[in-house]
Amino acid sequence: MPFDIDRTGTPLIELKNMQKAFGGIRAVDDVSIDLYPGEVVGVLGHNGAGKSVLMKMVSGALQRDSGEILVNGKSADINNPRDARNYQIETIYQYLALADNLDAASNLFLGRELVTPMGLVNDAAMEAETRKIMGRLTPNFRRFSTPVAGLSGGQRQSVAISRAVYFNAKILIMDEPTAALGVEETAMVAELIDELKKQGIGIFLIDHDIHQVKNLCDRASVMKNGKLVGTVEVDKVSEDDILGMIILGKKPEIAE
Amino acid sequence: MSDSKTLSEPTRTEKNLFAQLEIDTRLLGMIGAFIVLCLVFNFLTDGRFLTPRNIFNLTIQTVSVGIMATGMVFVIVTRNIDLSVGSLLATCSAMMAVVQTVIAPEWLGLELGHGMIAPMAILVGLLTGMIIGGFHGWLVGYLTIPAFIVTLGGLFVWRNVAWHLTGGQTIGPLDANFQLFGGIGGTLGETGSWIFGVIAVAASLYGLYSARRARLTHDFPVKPIWAELVIAGIVTVAILGFVAILNSYEIPTRRLARMFEARGEVMPEGFTTGYGIPYSVLILIAVAVVMTVTAQKTRLGRYIFAFGGNPEAAQLSGIRTRALTVKIFMIVGALCAISAIVASARQTFHSNDIGTLDELRVIAAAVIGGTALSGGIGTIYGAILGALIMQSLQSGMAMVGVDAPYQNIVVGIVLVFAVYVDILYRKRTGS
Ligand SMILES: Nc1ncnc2c1ncn2[C@@H]1O[C@H](COP(=O)(O)OP(=O)(O)O)[C@@H](O)[C@H]1O
Ligand SMILES: [Mg+2]
Repeated sequence: MPFDIDRTGTPLIELKNMQKAFGGIRAVDDVSIDLYPGEVVGVLGHNGAGKSVLMKMVSGALQRDSGEILVNGKSADINNPRDARNYQIETIYQYLALADNLDAASNLFLGRELVTPMGLVNDAAMEAETRKIMGRLTPNFRRFSTPVAGLSGGQRQSVAISRAVYFNAKILIMDEPTAALGVEETAMVAELIDELKKQGIGIFLIDHDIHQVKNLCDRASVMKNGKLVGTVEVDKVSEDDILGMIILGKKPEIAE
Repeated sequence: MSDSKTLSEPTRTEKNLFAQLEIDTRLLGMIGAFIVLCLVFNFLTDGRFLTPRNIFNLTIQTVSVGIMATGMVFVIVTRNIDLSVGSLLATCSAMMAVVQTVIAPEWLGLELGHGMIAPMAILVGLLTGMIIGGFHGWLVGYLTIPAFIVTLGGLFVWRNVAWHLTGGQTIGPLDANFQLFGGIGGTLGETGSWIFGVIAVAASLYGLYSARRARLTHDFPVKPIWAELVIAGIVTVAILGFVAILNSYEIPTRRLARMFEARGEVMPEGFTTGYGIPYSVLILIAVAVVMTVTAQKTRLGRYIFAFGGNPEAAQLSGIRTRALTVKIFMIVGALCAISAIVASARQTFHSNDIGTLDELRVIAAAVIGGTALSGGIGTIYGAILGALIMQSLQSGMAMVGVDAPYQNIVVGIVLVFAVYVDILYRKRTGS
């Protein structure tokens, strides 16, 4: 549940005047938002508002046209997914970006495999770590050696979340993490978000469920047509205020 | 959700036999089909198909396509295709032939049979294959030209570059040492083959043992010990049986006498000995081992399969996917060069038509071996078994007296049918 976030120090991450255009379309147009430790900032807006593009610039999947990313107050040079990982930015994607043909451990460690002294991938060690970390998040999970294609949406998503936890994410981007999930699985992800928040991790959460946003987020930044409508503290506004921002692009009185 | 299913899974006890052995049932199906095929041909040829001599020839004939098929697995797993392997083989063969018959004797003045000729030719061949393969990979990965087009172009280009390099001539005979890799001209002999067999058994058993130990140290579930022993037994029998068969193909007496003569000795009365394992088959085995380790135990292999399973996920995981494509095509190029060594050594000369239509055989071998064109799925051993099945089919039909055009009709139908069976199998097992 939201509790008071100390926003006097340096933000964990600060996006300043971010821009990205595809041909003539300004997908993200001069957007600035920030995120403090232990905070969940909801990124809201209609389909095509530019939420995913904004987040992809942070996770290195897309290169920004202009703008600046500051991590812990220092300018961060993020040009590809590897750079983002080096800043302990982990992303959980909208469309469950896992390699279906590989098992949970291979996916969890993809791109950062544990290797033996001979330089070969150490499957046993990776499976052991995967069992440990997934045992904490989803105690009933057993299917460690089957391709993740056979897993439920929630199980697949917990592989992605385990990855972020295992590699000590400081900044977590969740792009509609529950879009492909059922009710129970959505509840599980919500619990996880609260858990991670307590550990001081900052989370950008893209979600369409206003109710969920009110429950999970501390602040909400609303985008429309690539522009930032405004950022509000969710406790100080009503669901209708937020809907008004999303639909009409109307900023409530109280917004920053 | 399927959580309830997963919960009950570990407690389910009536697993069937194959599940307990944890053997790939698809592999079993292929081996079964292969055995049936062999028995049918053996029946139709009144027992001539399964003689040591014919088995020896089959293995030799399988090597060239088998080597390239292992590389084709990587290409197809990453959702690409390589139509140029036969032509690339020809260019590598031409380069090596030119080194052996022109560059070494005329430019460098090395006398006939000089020990450096074969290594030099092989090095040049490998470099040629890797450079051209890498170039294909660059066109596909960095310039994003579809692999189908790049390698279709390569099919035309390299076949005719080979023609240009040799002035359209057949070049030979190749260096005597080089010819050792052709098959019957270079074998391990009986003792050497047994030693190899024992080492191979020891290595396999150690592999099984250390895999089990690794799982035990992490407290993972392991197969029952009897299952491990059954597998160990099968592996041992298969390896030693293979050696025994190749050893029992005896070198003809007259040829043997000539070999003794060449060494300045007289052959003892009644002396016989078998050929043993050909060097070319050793090369295929080495390629199979290296490629299997690459596929299953290296980061490169992991990335190849991840990229094939979900290119976007691979990229988002920080994998350099374009460089990966270059590496894959480079590996294929190197394998084409190795196949070129075996193929040209086997015919003892380089010819313009060497490797013609190999691209189709290689693709068919990989696909029959279970490599899915939709990407992400394929095994090295499957591709080699696929090559062996194709070759057996063709040799068997030839022995029965089926004309070559009809052989090709059958091979084409079998290819399509095999893929259909594979689709049915995957649907049923949900994999
Ligand atoms: N790779 C791309 N190429 C071209 N246009 C894109 C690309 N990705 C997103 N867009 C466009 O940018 C805009 C914002 O998209 P997106 O950020 O995905 O929206 P959402 O807020 O629903 O996540 C849309 O108009 C979309 O069509
Ligand atoms: Mg989106």
